[in-house]
Amino acid sequence: MKPFLFGLLVIGLLAWAPLVLNDYGTGLLLGLTGYATLATAWAMFSGPTRYVSLATVAFFGIGAYTVAVLSETLPYPLVLVVAALIGLSVSLVVGLATLRLAGVYFVIFSFGLAELVRQTVTWYEVNVTGTLGRYIFLPLEARHIYWQLLALLVLTLLIGIYMRKSRIWLALVAVGDDEVAARHAGVDVTRTKLALFALSATIITLVGAIQAPRWTYVEPTIVFNPTISFLTLVMALLGGAGKLWGPIVGAIPLFLLFEWLSANFPNHYSIILGGIFILIVFAVPNGILARLETLGQRRKGEAQ
Amino acid sequence: MRTKSFKSGTWIARAMGALGLAATVSAGAFTAVQAQDRTSVRIGYAVSATGPNAGGANMTVTPNYELWVNEVNAKGGLALPDGSRLPIEVTAYDDRSSAEEVVRAVERLATQDKVDLILPPWGTGFNLAVAPLMARHGYPHLAGAAVTDKAPDFVKRWDTSFWFMGGGHDYATALASVLQSAKADGKINNKIAMISVADGFGIDLVKAARPSFEEAGFEIEYDKSFPPGTSDFSTILSEAKASGADTFVAFSYPPHTFALTKQAQVASYNPSVFYLGVGAGFPVYKNISGGQMEGVMSLGGIDPNNAANAEYRQRHEEVLGRAPDYWGSVLIYASLQMLEEAIARVGLDRAAIAKELSTGTFDTVLGETKLEDNQLRNIWWAGQWQDGEFVALSPEDRAGAGTVQLPKPAWQ
Amino acid sequence: MFEHLINGLVLGGTYALVAMGLTLQYGIARIMNLSFGDTVIAAAFAAYVLFTALGLSPLLSLLIVVPAGFAFSYGIFSLIMRPLVRRSANSEALEVDSILATFGLLFVIQGVLLVLFGGNFTSYSYLNVPVDILGAVVALNRLSALILAAVLGGALVLLLMRTRWGLRMRAVAISASSAPLVGINVIQTSRMAFAIGGALAASGGVVISMYQTFTVTSGVVFTMKALIVVIMGGKGSLPGALAAGLILGLVETFVAAYIDPGLTLASTYLIFLALLLLRPSGLFGKAS
Repeated sequence: MKPFLFGLLVIGLLAWAPLVLNDYGTGLLLGLTGYATLATAWAMFSGPTRYVSLATVAFFGIGAYTVAVLSETLPYPLVLVVAALIGLSVSLVVGLATLRLAGVYFVIFSFGLAELVRQTVTWYEVNVTGTLGRYIFLPLEARHIYWQLLALLVLTLLIGIYMRKSRIWLALVAVGDDEVAARHAGVDVTRTKLALFALSATIITLVGAIQAPRWTYVEPTIVFNPTISFLTLVMALLGGAGKLWGPIVGAIPLFLLFEWLSANFPNHYSIILGGIFILIVFAVPNGILARLETLGQRRKGEAQ
Repeated sequence: MRTKSFKSGTWIARAMGALGLAATVSAGAFTAVQAQDRTSVRIGYAVSATGPNAGGANMTVTPNYELWVNEVNAKGGLALPDGSRLPIEVTAYDDRSSAEEVVRAVERLATQDKVDLILPPWGTGFNLAVAPLMARHGYPHLAGAAVTDKAPDFVKRWDTSFWFMGGGHDYATALASVLQSAKADGKINNKIAMISVADGFGIDLVKAARPSFEEAGFEIEYDKSFPPGTSDFSTILSEAKASGADTFVAFSYPPHTFALTKQAQVASYNPSVFYLGVGAGFPVYKNISGGQMEGVMSLGGIDPNNAANAEYRQRHEEVLGRAPDYWGSVLIYASLQMLEEAIARVGLDRAAIAKELSTGTFDTVLGETKLEDNQLRNIWWAGQWQDGEFVALSPEDRAGAGTVQLPKPAWQ
Repeated sequence: MFEHLINGLVLGGTYALVAMGLTLQYGIARIMNLSFGDTVIAAAFAAYVLFTALGLSPLLSLLIVVPAGFAFSYGIFSLIMRPLVRRSANSEALEVDSILATFGLLFVIQGVLLVLFGGNFTSYSYLNVPVDILGAVVALNRLSALILAAVLGGALVLLLMRTRWGLRMRAVAISASSAPLVGINVIQTSRMAFAIGGALAASGGVVISMYQTFTVTSGVVFTMKALIVVIMGGKGSLPGALAAGLILGLVETFVAAYIDPGLTLASTYLIFLALLLLRPSGLFGKAS
């Protein structure tokens, strides 16, 4: 019961924060929550299966674009539902076609997918609808967007907790460790992978959909920005993609670091950022959480 | 930049400052800068220094911000209504060409750094992304590098926003009218080959251009869009050549503009009218075309006999070591001059500045300048390289407009 | 028709030239180098500076820039990659590590270029003269990319296939874990492959700078194009990279000519994805 109450308290505090913070503080929390959700959702599929996906921005962009297209015609909650459905169906189709690819082929494929979606949306807009930029005039302020993202993050974490208690989880870990063995042991590998991929993609689609009203103006170059895929991946890997809290533990320091660097070293941002990145790879190879655990164990060992 | 030019002793300023402080305190917000110990005017901006937008931003926007700040501070700072001067202190961020980043940077400038004024980012999309924020925090928004036909709507939505670059429709109809007279004079046939980059800018222009060209009695023989990542235009050019059109129009961005020029030279593609998009008015275009820019047409232009503009171009080159482009730069610079004058008249109260910008008349590099419905309208819409200068052609009836020289000389 | 064929081959030459370096780095040295395109851009800037400041012809500057690219990549491998190769238990771990580390490197290179050159569009004109190939007119600078790709690619293929040195390279590419058993120094071989890859990237950068407009941040475009070509051709396969590069060039040209220039990039990715599904190990790759 205790962790549950503690969790409620933290969520309550986080939800209350924008009421006392200024716009910048809220914007910061918003961005942070967005990336935490993306990284957690990413790790939901990529963590156990060890499929490194760069398709994050494909779904993120689909979500954002759906909102841009439908925001004038449908009520907002319905727009979110439609966005989620589109994300779900695209991910099912893509998943069915591609999940038999392994290793780096999947990495490249997922990147190609993001670009393909972007090029296709662009072409469609240019040639069929004749408008490329779309406006989103929804009466949503930063804190409203933040609250939605926070709710989505909590939901994502709950799904993660639930999953870890289920049989599916064991099946998934088996896939990550050895797909052939898992198959022989009677795990329906393909179906499990597909379900996870779809779930993760749908959440990512929703993040894009929720964040879109913040930009007022949406065009493919803005919403299909490949940096989003890379940052998500790096955050999750930094924290440790195999652990429930790993992606969040990775997202928080990295996001704040980006912010601090761009506020204080706008001219040397890239150099410092790159240097830190390389250092991270050397210092925390398996993610921060794993590193903390080994440190903890060592200390325990020393104490005995 | 941190010169001490603060003049103490004007008790009126102090009293005003105290009043201002009282007002902000009662509004429930503590401003970091208290007027009585104000030693500078803090101006912030977030412009793309990295990422895909950096090339454009670094040509048209950032250099002019730097030039202006440099000049104002050389004069001792921004003049205020009481005759005192305060130096400008700059807070500059890089939005890394990300929409989320530019939004957060402006939030940071407004609520964390609490700067006195915010200058806009580069690009139509980014200006729109920050427009609601600028309006909510009461900052006048001098959207410089944003081409949009919807400016009248935006002015209604955000009444402290100002638009300085016109819309795609303006540029397209201006071009159509130049072409129409050329056709009437029998210099070109009635066929046009047109390509456009598949993003907001290209689509806006091409959408406006189609009906304008048709109205002007042209037939569009070839009409294609290409993805922004395109670097090879040989196929497009050979199709355009095969279309038999005397007029080639490309609504393109600098990388495409440069590539189209080089590849048209290789292909000996010599249409009478060779009109390119952004980049043809960049000073570097002289090198890229191998000195053969004569006759190439594009957006913008200058009146070579306008002394104020010539002087501006010279200063730009002296201070920054490179020339400005022939389209957006001077508009951005003029918007800053208007801001400077508005502050000299009404002080640093942002609402008053916005009101002054909207109703006042200003003396800028463009000459006497007055906004119409918060939009700058005396813009040169189309120009042509003539004798080493990018000469404005349209509006044809405006004083200082040159006349179009056709056909463009063939590539050597 | 014939004209499009030539145009496509010339365009594909650029892709092939850039991709060959990456295929060596990825296929043999097992480093998934996300900063590859930034090496290309750094070389492009070097050629630009040598041309505009010293008036050195880009073709001559190849003699300076290419060895510099080799040395740079050699240094990077010794400094950053070697510890990662040493510590990695398997190829998968090395892949993830190298993605992260080179992602960092990408930012460092970009940042340094930004401080040095600013964010401007950079472009100059060299060898922009028409060459007539049986009626099809192409630019000499673009043609030089195709020629260079063919010459370098051919020379490297010969070296790989006909020399003991090449045999070692291929052994490491096929199985880095068992190569030491036959007395091959994997680290040394990988470093050499990585450095040659860097030299190829530099040569690509010099050639591309002659006809393409670039900024300090346009490297990622080259990385991605190269990655696609590498995967299509089969990782580590030079003939594969050549063939896949040329195919991409042809596809883009024919789509632009007969379907719609707006769909050139979409078609690239479509072909790539289709090929990946049908033949996951690439055109010339061995099925795993």
